[in-house]
Amino acid sequence: MNDNTPHDIPALLEQMSGQLRELLGQQELEQAAMLGIHTGGAWVARELHRQLGLSTPLGSLDISFYRDDFSRIGMHPQVRPSELPFEVEDRTILLVDDVLQSGRTIRAAMNEIFDYGRPARIILVVLVERSGRELPIQPDVCGLHIHLAPKHQIKLIGPEQLKLQIQEVS
Amino acid sequence: MIQQNPQLDAQGRLRHFLTTEGLSRQQLTEILDLAESFATVSGKSVKKVPLLRGKTIVNLFFETSTRTRTTFELAASRLSADVQSINIATSATSKGESLLDMLHNLEAMHCDMFVVRHADSGAAHFIARHVAPHVSVINAGDGRHAHPTQAMLDAFTIRRHKGEFPALKVAIVGDILHSRVARSQIHAFNTLGVGELRVIGPKTLIPPAASSLGVRIFHDMQAGLEDVDVVIMLRLQKERMRGALLPSEGEFFQRYGLSEKKLAHAKPDAIVMHPGPINRGVEIASAVADGPQSVILDQVSNGLAIRMAVMSMVLGRQPAPLEQPTEAQP
Repeated sequence: MNDNTPHDIPALLEQMSGQLRELLGQQELEQAAMLGIHTGGAWVARELHRQLGLSTPLGSLDISFYRDDFSRIGMHPQVRPSELPFEVEDRTILLVDDVLQSGRTIRAAMNEIFDYGRPARIILVVLVERSGRELPIQPDVCGLHIHLAPKHQIKLIGPEQLKLQIQEVS
Repeated sequence: MIQQNPQLDAQGRLRHFLTTEGLSRQQLTEILDLAESFATVSGKSVKKVPLLRGKTIVNLFFETSTRTRTTFELAASRLSADVQSINIATSATSKGESLLDMLHNLEAMHCDMFVVRHADSGAAHFIARHVAPHVSVINAGDGRHAHPTQAMLDAFTIRRHKGEFPALKVAIVGDILHSRVARSQIHAFNTLGVGELRVIGPKTLIPPAASSLGVRIFHDMQAGLEDVDVVIMLRLQKERMRGALLPSEGEFFQRYGLSEKKLAHAKPDAIVMHPGPINRGVEIASAVADGPQSVILDQVSNGLAIRMAVMSMVLGRQPAPLEQPTEAQP
């Protein structure tokens, strides 16, 4: 299957911003800090951060050092420094990723966040939630639910003009 | 390929880190880029990442060292590895057999990596040739031969302070002859494309073959420092000197010690580096070592990031089940 039906990403983002406002309320939203996971999650976070007009600077996370498959696949050749330009301690963290599948990336991301401090709570925000969970991790805010066979991959293309692409992987 | 680089595995990935010689610019740059990410780890409240959980690293120090051993230990701890340091006094024990026996004992304890410092050139290569296939070796300084992680942390410090290498003039000053640091720096800096690399020192302390390594040789400090962006001072290796290579420490300082006055010949924003430990008043004046242009303490912090990068690259290779043990060659 190479179903690349265009999804209206701006509309999905709009809808996610709405969900976030509803979930958090103005006061908590103002204190919250947003953190996008490299690379697709950082693009989604950039859009949401702008739409919500958050005052805390946007952060980004590269979870390469926290992956659970390091001993199997080794070091990712292009690790970028994580940037958390805010205090994590006692703060609401809006953790943003493009696609939630196995949940392993989110587990790694949460481990990394805790190495910076103890957040008040973490809200998981994803553009796409697809089938294939291997860990008990679910999104709090989500743009699109989609059921895909394991052999299908959904990928966010960016950084300009975000686009979702579904393809078959061997 | 006839002569394979002993530090690379069959897939061309870094298996050991023994020398900067023979590695490509891409490989060296990869180490620097990875170190850049590890540099942020020290800024977290939990200064650790779980990458090397379950791995065991043994520091084998046949020659004393404080800074290097400590940063290797810390680097291993910050990667969540278990680390054990063994200081083996340079005793009269015949190296060959007892050393191998010790290695095999440590391998039997399921060690994954040896970090080796030794007063003899070639010691780390020797150990690398004899370890089990799953064990990696990092050279933390062998005799007068190589000190690759020091050279890489220096390259990292230069890049962080001065930007890309081709635009830079770098001078290495002092006892080039006995310096494994200088040798590793020369290979690394040339590979990384440093614009102009100079060595400055007395004739007795510069190896005659130095010019073939792609450096400009100066015996006059003033001329050598003219217009450079980076000044690297080397420690006078008194313990490695035999015979009358030097008149006196006082005279050495007069001619080759870095004073504020001599530093004024370099670019006004030049940085001053030293691998430590410093002989104050012998190769560098205190006013310079502690002055605004000195990045000597940054080098120490950067050493941690570089060692984390090298350790994780070497241990993070996908295990290659078909890899054969390298044939032992005495």
